[in-house]
Amino acid sequence: MSDTAVRLENITKTFGEVRANYKVNLAIKKGEILALLGENGSGKTTLMNMLSGIYYPDEGKIFIDEKEVNISSPKVAYELGIGMVHQHFKLVDVLTACENIILGLEGKLNKKEASAKIKEICDKYGFDIDPDQKVYDMSVSQKQTVEIVKVLYRGAQILILDEPTAVLTPQESDKLFNVMRNMKADGKALVIITHKMHEVEMISDRVAVLRKGEYVGDMLTKDTNAAEMTNMMVGRSVSLNIRRPDPVDPKPRIEVSGLTVRSIDGILKLDNVSFTARSGEILGIAGISGCGQKELLEAIAGLQPAEKGSIAYIKDDESKEELLGNDPRRIEELGVALSFVPEDRLGMGLVGNMDLSDNMMLRSFRNGKSVFTDRATPHKLAGDVVDELEVVTPSIETPVRRLSGGNVQKILVGREIAHAPTVLLTAYAVRGLDVNSSYTIYDLINKQKEKGVAVIFVGEDLDVLLEISDRILVLCSGKVSGIVDARTTDKNTVGLMMTKVMSEENNNSEK
Amino acid sequence: MKKGSEPIFHIVKRDVAPWYKSWGVRAIAIIAALLVCGIITTLTTGLNPIKVYATFAQGAFGSARKVWITMQNMSVLLIISLALTPAFKMRFWNIGGEGQVLAGALATAACMICLGDKVPNALLIVIMTVSALAAGALWGFIPAFFKAKWNTNETLSTLMMNYIATQIVAFFTIVWEVPKGSFTVGIINSSSNAGWLPQLFGQKYLLPIVVAAVVTASMFVYLKYSKHGYEIAVVGESEKTAKYVGMKTEKIIIRTMILSGALCGLAGWILVGGINHTITTTINSGQGFTAVMVSWLAKFNPITMIFTSFLIIFLERGAGEISTSFGLNQSFSDILTGIILFFIIGCEFFITYKIVPRKKKTK
Repeated sequence: MSDTAVRLENITKTFGEVRANYKVNLAIKKGEILALLGENGSGKTTLMNMLSGIYYPDEGKIFIDEKEVNISSPKVAYELGIGMVHQHFKLVDVLTACENIILGLEGKLNKKEASAKIKEICDKYGFDIDPDQKVYDMSVSQKQTVEIVKVLYRGAQILILDEPTAVLTPQESDKLFNVMRNMKADGKALVIITHKMHEVEMISDRVAVLRKGEYVGDMLTKDTNAAEMTNMMVGRSVSLNIRRPDPVDPKPRIEVSGLTVRSIDGILKLDNVSFTARSGEILGIAGISGCGQKELLEAIAGLQPAEKGSIAYIKDDESKEELLGNDPRRIEELGVALSFVPEDRLGMGLVGNMDLSDNMMLRSFRNGKSVFTDRATPHKLAGDVVDELEVVTPSIETPVRRLSGGNVQKILVGREIAHAPTVLLTAYAVRGLDVNSSYTIYDLINKQKEKGVAVIFVGEDLDVLLEISDRILVLCSGKVSGIVDARTTDKNTVGLMMTKVMSEENNNSEK
Repeated sequence: MKKGSEPIFHIVKRDVAPWYKSWGVRAIAIIAALLVCGIITTLTTGLNPIKVYATFAQGAFGSARKVWITMQNMSVLLIISLALTPAFKMRFWNIGGEGQVLAGALATAACMICLGDKVPNALLIVIMTVSALAAGALWGFIPAFFKAKWNTNETLSTLMMNYIATQIVAFFTIVWEVPKGSFTVGIINSSSNAGWLPQLFGQKYLLPIVVAAVVTASMFVYLKYSKHGYEIAVVGESEKTAKYVGMKTEKIIIRTMILSGALCGLAGWILVGGINHTITTTINSGQGFTAVMVSWLAKFNPITMIFTSFLIIFLERGAGEISTSFGLNQSFSDILTGIILFFIIGCEFFITYKIVPRKKKTK
């Protein structure tokens, strides 16, 4: 037996006009962790989806153990020992871990036997799950564990993990990496897709790089570094440092006190949250996803009713304006220039089926007394945004959903900063964006900060949060577990604060 | 080792198909539909299909009078389709066109019967118009209000409002029946012609056509260029986005449904005041539902709707013609209309997607 688990030969896949993969050659070896790198839209996920039977290649061959195979469905992929853990979990909430794992398998249903086998797998690799726990009771990392056990249960020898750490805290990621090392020691072939360079360096043995659907090359992780890998991905050299200008004359701008928010189902989403955001400063918000970040931003933006508390906007003349209880339109009428870049870009910030200029109009369509809309101004704005932010689009008349993630975000951010805000809220501003686009967005945010805008930056990558923010507010299950100075704190401290609320006394690292 | 079989073809979503391609697909679909209809006709009745088609075309264009009636029917259908369109654009599935038209028709008939001899004719017509618009608007407002306040399912509530309207009309048919025991209202004001809508240029079919033309042009401008039209489009695409920019979605939903219902009421006004001069529960002959299809086929574009409403009426009248002139019953013409619509609606799939046969692998 050779040590090559999978070999892809000249794989090509096109979607309509888009060439997702072109003549890709790639070998995955047993007992090795391969990091698959590439910018967004470089075809990493498409390539792995072909391996797991979701797509079928237009051209090319796939060999498993040096035998040619036709992976025509996910079932065939399982039979060949290929398992993929997707970015978005595919679990049934109301079933238990065990039921989810055996779901879809043929043969007699024997939960007891299955539980025993699950236990065996868990002990072998160091997982920790309760087979009888319902999925809806699980944390994100537990759900991910179920997904991994599911593919192992089906006898996978080749595991593909698509951005597994995007939803995990640093501590949980470390746990996952330990499990991955155990699997590697067991002779399994692992592929990890990730955007975080330090993780690549930490976990992988070898990296393979895709650029615009084509295979660029591979190298041993120990022989390379983050800068070289990034250059290979982008195709030219890029600087990886995020600028952090010092705040100029920061003044309190948004004062949140005692904010408590419940969701429609009565779940406490924000619990007595208080903080102040200052002008000319970036306030980072850290926390595991779903810890109240969304509710916090939406409450400030006038989209989320609160149970109690207040959100005051402090004007230049130090008079206060209460924002809570007003809708976005009313807030605008109060003379508060507030911009909001929401997490759900196409579902909330923009309208996917409308073209660039109609999307620009979302903010301006009410202007003027006429019953008809003014189309010339937004059209011009769309053109300016395209020019200034180097948006790649066939035309101004293209529906925004057809643009790539980075370009969509440029349109959204471009529109939001166009009306000279004094407060800028951003949620996961660079999620799913490639290196280049991410740095463009960081730069845009920094420029707003230098103009004296109070920026509230909700992020998920702690490395980025630590580099770009002036202060970081850490949320844990809707409570503020502390506000720290981003220049002096470190990742571990913030990571720990994300998982437990510290006592009031020892989190006063803020000046 | 088990080998999966290679798929034979795959389905690919097209980029926007150029107009000549999409109309080409539609033309092929119509030809295919006619071929299938021909085969079915010959197999089941033994008639010469060419002859049948000729008769089919005569249904809509056989004589000057037939052309006028075709245009008139088309206008009514077009007005109802246009009425439903803003609601559909907002993703509010108003399938209550039938009830809204009936509400307008009933209001018109009520004015004609109750005020026929009491007010001057011009004033009567003004009152008829206002009440028809108001009645249709009310029928649209009720489901919209419940949707906006409590997010009830508008498909169900608009549908149920149809039955209510039908039963109310049935009730009043008995109240107003002439002569007693006939279960029909008969021609209203047949001697005085009070409340009959005026004939334009002495041509009795012209009024609905003119109204339809005005409504088409206004709807096109309203949806495309007005602030309301923009709000409707945004709410339809994403209610979250609408809220995000501070639109009051409840208000927009209610306002749009009032417009939709009122325009349906206008169609009822034409049916009673301008065309039939009577009222029955079936005065609208299911056009509230046909209009759903007309609006969808036109992809909610008012201008395209002129063609789709023409197509549907052409089919309807053609199918009716062959069933009478060849002594076939109504069911046969329904079969033919069904086949043609199946092809026309089905071909939209091939406009959105294309099927690519898989190239043989080179060994």
